[in-house]
Parts: sequence; structure tokens; C-alpha cells
Amino acid sequence: MTTLSPPTQVRPSAATEYNPKADSRAAKRTRSIVFHALSLALIAVVLYPALWMVSSAFKPSSEIIGNSSIWSSNFSLDNFVTAMGGIGGVSTAQFFANSVVLALGSVIGTVLSATVSAYAFARIKFPGRSIFFGMMIATLLLPFHVVIIPQYIIFQQLGLVDTYIPLLIGKFLAADAFFVFLMVQFMRNLPRELDEAAIIDGAGHARIFCSIMLPLMKPALISSSIFAFIWSWNDFLGPLLYLNSPEKYPLPLALRLFVDQTQSSDYGAMIAMSVLALLPVLVFFLIFQRYIVEGVSTQGLKG
Amino acid sequence: MTQTLTRHRGTAAAPPARAPRRRGADTRAGYTFLLPWLLGFILLTVGPMLSSLYLSFTNYNLFEAPKWIGLDNYTSLFQDERFLQSVGVTLGYVVFGTPLKLAAALAVALLLNNATRGQGFYRSAFYAPSLIGASVSIAIVWKAMFGDQGPVDQGLSFFGINLGGWVGNPSMTMPMMILLTVWQFGAPMVIFLAGLKQIPQELYEAASVDGAGRFRKFVNITFPMLSPVVFFNLLLETIHAFQIFASAYIISNGEGGPAGSTLFYTLYLYLRGFSDFRMGYASAMAWLLVIVVGVITLIFFRTSKSWVHYSGDSK
Repeated sequence: MTTLSPPTQVRPSAATEYNPKADSRAAKRTRSIVFHALSLALIAVVLYPALWMVSSAFKPSSEIIGNSSIWSSNFSLDNFVTAMGGIGGVSTAQFFANSVVLALGSVIGTVLSATVSAYAFARIKFPGRSIFFGMMIATLLLPFHVVIIPQYIIFQQLGLVDTYIPLLIGKFLAADAFFVFLMVQFMRNLPRELDEAAIIDGAGHARIFCSIMLPLMKPALISSSIFAFIWSWNDFLGPLLYLNSPEKYPLPLALRLFVDQTQSSDYGAMIAMSVLALLPVLVFFLIFQRYIVEGVSTQGLKG
Repeated sequence: MTQTLTRHRGTAAAPPARAPRRRGADTRAGYTFLLPWLLGFILLTVGPMLSSLYLSFTNYNLFEAPKWIGLDNYTSLFQDERFLQSVGVTLGYVVFGTPLKLAAALAVALLLNNATRGQGFYRSAFYAPSLIGASVSIAIVWKAMFGDQGPVDQGLSFFGINLGGWVGNPSMTMPMMILLTVWQFGAPMVIFLAGLKQIPQELYEAASVDGAGRFRKFVNITFPMLSPVVFFNLLLETIHAFQIFASAYIISNGEGGPAGSTLFYTLYLYLRGFSDFRMGYASAMAWLLVIVVGVITLIFFRTSKSWVHYSGDSK
């Protein structure tokens, strides 16, 4: 504090006293250390369940309960071997394949339908647009439980229960307004001059959409794909309602079956299977975390 | 904007008839592009909503034709003890879980906003649980963690707190479910953090000049400037909390136990509709949920005028 005023000019040679910011720099350093220590401690608490899950998957069942530590000297792959064996005569690889089919179908359907619909909302002027846009926003807030019973009745009468069609058709019809909204927000931030120039050059909306919008939409397309994939991967209620045969089950339903049949006796295998079921999500997250987190923050801000 | 611009340029080059033609083409193109959403909206949302409204006034079990019974479903709901219990469970979860989750989100966002480096890493690490928290896998893990002799029980015993397993104890399942939702504070946190970044730094500098302390700055600058984001998070998280299903289903083996303490609204709706095949009754429950969520949304918007501050700039 004392070094703050005149001395700085009087004694420029003394390095420690010369710098008027030395004091605040030290304070900054302490603040930074406190900040990182606090954040890391919090992260340790928040990520404990995930760490415990991963470590338990490698422990013998007898060590999982009655033991809160992450470490064990008996780590082995036994649980994964049991988990890969599957359940109800269906292999876990089959469940995986089912989940992949559903998730890829969801990604394709969602991205296609949401971009096309969002282009109409964001870039074309037509009567009724603002009314429909309002309705689209309203469906964002609508509890979807109000439609599951009639939807089930319809699909049941069409003989489509126990197929993937009821689970995928909504994705191809942009039923999840979140994605449409995300794309609309993204498109609105793209410069309009591009469309205007293209219109003058005689391009129609199809051309503008394909040649101008789509290439610029890449970040939104990627984050939508990731969310569509992860949500489909984790979806439980949809498959629970529509799928009856175990050989068609995706992982979440297989997990439930596994829990039902082992009745908590083999914790190790149960948790190993949970880890396997989350693995693709975790890998996606590690690779695409930027897109995911950015997607979430922009979605919220422009609300 | 596009409209006026193109029309203006159009008149210079082409005959005046061009503007209306362009508008007609736009209308056609608009509805063509909107088609997937429009079909989905009519076939998968509006249609089913109307038919579930109709079904809610009937007795329907999927196998015989629906029988009109007027308001019977609605009146018997309020004499159904399991229904009333599910309302209580869900309200408790929404009323305690959502504010706690948002408080955690805001606190961590304020902490991370101080970061000079490493913010990206922390933000992602805190966000991770939001991505997996509602999954079946985490529900299984949660059940194991909060079971008798599980790590939570063990950890608390270390401090001399002996609660036993939370999963089997009707008075501890709610705190357990609330912890599960608070654990997923990352998604609203990321949104808060983005909101904090938009607050102009000059405001804080001006406040410092005026001698405002940390607390004053939070109350007079941070919170008002952040209030639209708080409002957005509060609304979405509340609506979301009403719809919790998978975790409750897995943790209670699809029964809502012990002693109905995890019988969430949507779980009871599912059991009524798809185990008992009382689809009219379940439809009445679904419509009641829509009405409640609608009323809550309305109340939020009405009261927001008194505490949500929208600054003049449009962006």
C-alpha cells in the first residue's frame, strides 16, 4: 500500500516497490488459488457419484455395499463379463444395436424436420406464421403426458405397438419444439443480406435453404444432433410404453429388466451394465462438450 | 424487412405485378417448409390433446368403446387417496427441489464467473450430471448409493449420523429425490453463466465508484440484470420437475414405494393408464396436469412484471 504513490517515480530501480500493481497481483494470486481450490472441491463432490459408479463396476459385488471408497484392490472385469451376457436370452450387444438404431433414426429425423421447419419460421414471411410460432413455443411448455394416451391408442389401432415407428415418427415431424426453437434462434442471427442477395440472383427458397443456410447452420446442426442422440439414448418412457419384446429393447429398458430379474442381488453386474449404457453418452460429451454447453447457453439466453 | 426490400428493388426492374406474385410464392414455400412441423403439430399434439380431453369424460379401457360418464373421473380423482398422495409428493418435489437446484446453479455460476482461467473445464464438469441425471443408469446408481450400508449411509455414519438406507425409508426418499435433481444443477448454471457474461462491466465500475460493496452490487446490479434468465430457468425447471418419471420408476421398481413416498404424478398416471388400463381416468389426470402447469405459467408471467427487469436493448 505504501508503495502506491510517489515512490514509484522516485525509485524506479527497486523492482518490488516499482510496480504499483504488485500488491494487487499477489491478492489476485491468492484469490485465484482460493477459487480453484473451491471449484475443485465442489467438482469432487459433484462427480463423486459418477466416480463411484465407474469404480463399483470393477469391484466384486461384496465390496460395493458397505464401502464408500473409490479404490479397491480387487478390481476386475468380471462384472462386465456378466453384464455383456445380456438378459432374457438377448445379448447386451443386441440391446446396444437397438439403442443405436433408435438414436440414429432420431438424429436424422430431428435434424431434417427441425431445420426445414425452422427455416419457414425464421426466413419466410407468410400469413399465419406468427400464430404458428406462438403455438410452437407453447408446446415447449406443454407436459407431453397429455398426448401419450391418445397416441398410444392410435398406434395400437394401427398395429404399430412393438415397433420403432411410434418412437421415431415424432422425430420426423419435428414434434420436439426444443430443436425447432434452437434452429430458429440460430437462423435469426445469420445475416439477412445473404438471402436478399440470393433472391435478387433469382434463387428460390429451396436453393437458399440448401446452398446458403445449411452450410452456415453447421454448429446448430451438430449440437442438435448430439442432443437428439443423447435424449433418444436415455429415453425410457417411450420404449416402456411401446416395446414388448425384449429383443427390441434399447438399453434403458434392458437395464430395467436386468434390475427386475436380478433383484438387486448382483450389484456389480447391474452397475457395470449401467456404465455400459452411459458409455456412448460420456464419450459424446468428452468429444463434443463445447457444442453441448454452448447449445445449452444460447438456448437459454435468447428466451 | 425482406419483403419491403425485395419489393422495392423489384419495382425498379420488373413490372409491379411482381410483388404479389412473390408473396404468393412465399406463402406456398412457407407452408411447404413448415409441413413436417404442421403435420406433427396436428397429428401428434392437437389431435391427441383433443381426444384425451374427450376421453377424460369417459370410461375407457382400450378394449371396449369409451363410455361417457361426464365429470365422474374428475370428481373421483379428489376422493382417490393415491391420487392425492401423488399430488403431495410431486408438489413437495417441485416446491423444494426446484428452488434448491436453482440456488445451487446460481451460486456456482457466480463462483465460476470469477474465473480467469479454467472456466471452460469447470463449466463442462458441472454440466455433466445434467446430461445423464435423468437416465435409468443413474437411477440405479442412486438407489445403490442411498441404500442400506451404501456409500451415503457409510459416509454419514462416519459423522455419527445413522439414518440407515434412504431408499427403504418413506421419510428419506424425498430428500434423496431432491438431491438427485439438485445434482443436475449444471444446465441452469450454464444458462446463468451466459447471462452473467452479458452484464456490462461498466455498471459494476460505476457502482464501485459510488462505494457499493459486493452485496449491494449483487442486489442492485447482478440480480436485476440476470432476472430474465432467472425467470426463464425458474419456469422451465418448474415445468420440468412436474414431469419426473424414469428416476422415480426405477428407484421404486415402478410402484412408487415405499409407502407411496415416490408415487410421482406421472408415475401414478402411467400406472392408472397402462397397468390398470383406466385410460379415461389417466386422461383426466393428464388434463389436470396441463391445467395446473398452464396456471403456474400464467402466474409466473403475471408476477414477473414486478421482479423481472428487461433492459431496453433488444438483443
